[in-house]
Amino acid sequence: MADKRTYEIVFIVNPDADDAEVMRLTEAIQKIITDQGGIITKTEMMGRRQLAYEINHQRDGVYVLLEVEGSGAEIAELERRMRVNDRILRYMTIRVDEDRRRADKLKGRRAKKAERRPAAGKAKAADADDNDAESETA
Amino acid sequence: MSQNFNDEREGGYGFEREYERAGMGGRGPRRMQRRKICRFCIDKVDIIDFKDVRLLSSYVPERGKILPRRISGMCASHQRMLAEAIKRARNIALLPYAAD
Repeated sequence: MADKRTYEIVFIVNPDADDAEVMRLTEAIQKIITDQGGIITKTEMMGRRQLAYEINHQRDGVYVLLEVEGSGAEIAELERRMRVNDRILRYMTIRVDEDRRRADKLKGRRAKKAERRPAAGKAKAADADDNDAESETA
Repeated sequence: MSQNFNDEREGGYGFEREYERAGMGGRGPRRMQRRKICRFCIDKVDIIDFKDVRLLSSYVPERGKILPRRISGMCASHQRMLAEAIKRARNIALLPYAAD
């Protein structure tokens, strides 16, 4: 696996399903991922919830969130399986690693800036520049 | 269960009222208003999560549309992130595409 990607998968299970069925379905999905070489980093049952609009004449649904690390191949397989499963009303996969990396970068930059500012770093940096210039001319 | 998952519509930022006001009138001198600042920049938000229904719904007025930047005073990059998050939430039926 050349590069690792992180995905967030949300899917909505038919509200007729009881907790056991939801668990079973989730485990089946987790198995698909692990069989394909993906790693599940988080599983969250978000519970029964009213849908903002009807899907397949259903007004509510059971939400499940998974976080998966992998190459992307397991996502393709998983989506194929979810598409044909009629107990799953809707699913959505989102790649999150790029956004998170960007957020970390911004956070790091902010931390650096905050560290520099109170120590009057600007004046010091200017001094250092002057010294450099002198040594070059000398 | 995630705690940001309950969607009480209260606790909004009161943009809706402003939205309606902006639509009215159009006559008379345009009242200058102090430039609003981006709330997400102040809070230093880097990622807007599509699952955070409570946050998102404060930027979705009654009709279900995305609150425009000129009303909320959001910066461009955060507006983009917000719009993306709202669209994702719509796809997964956390927010309506159109409500009446």
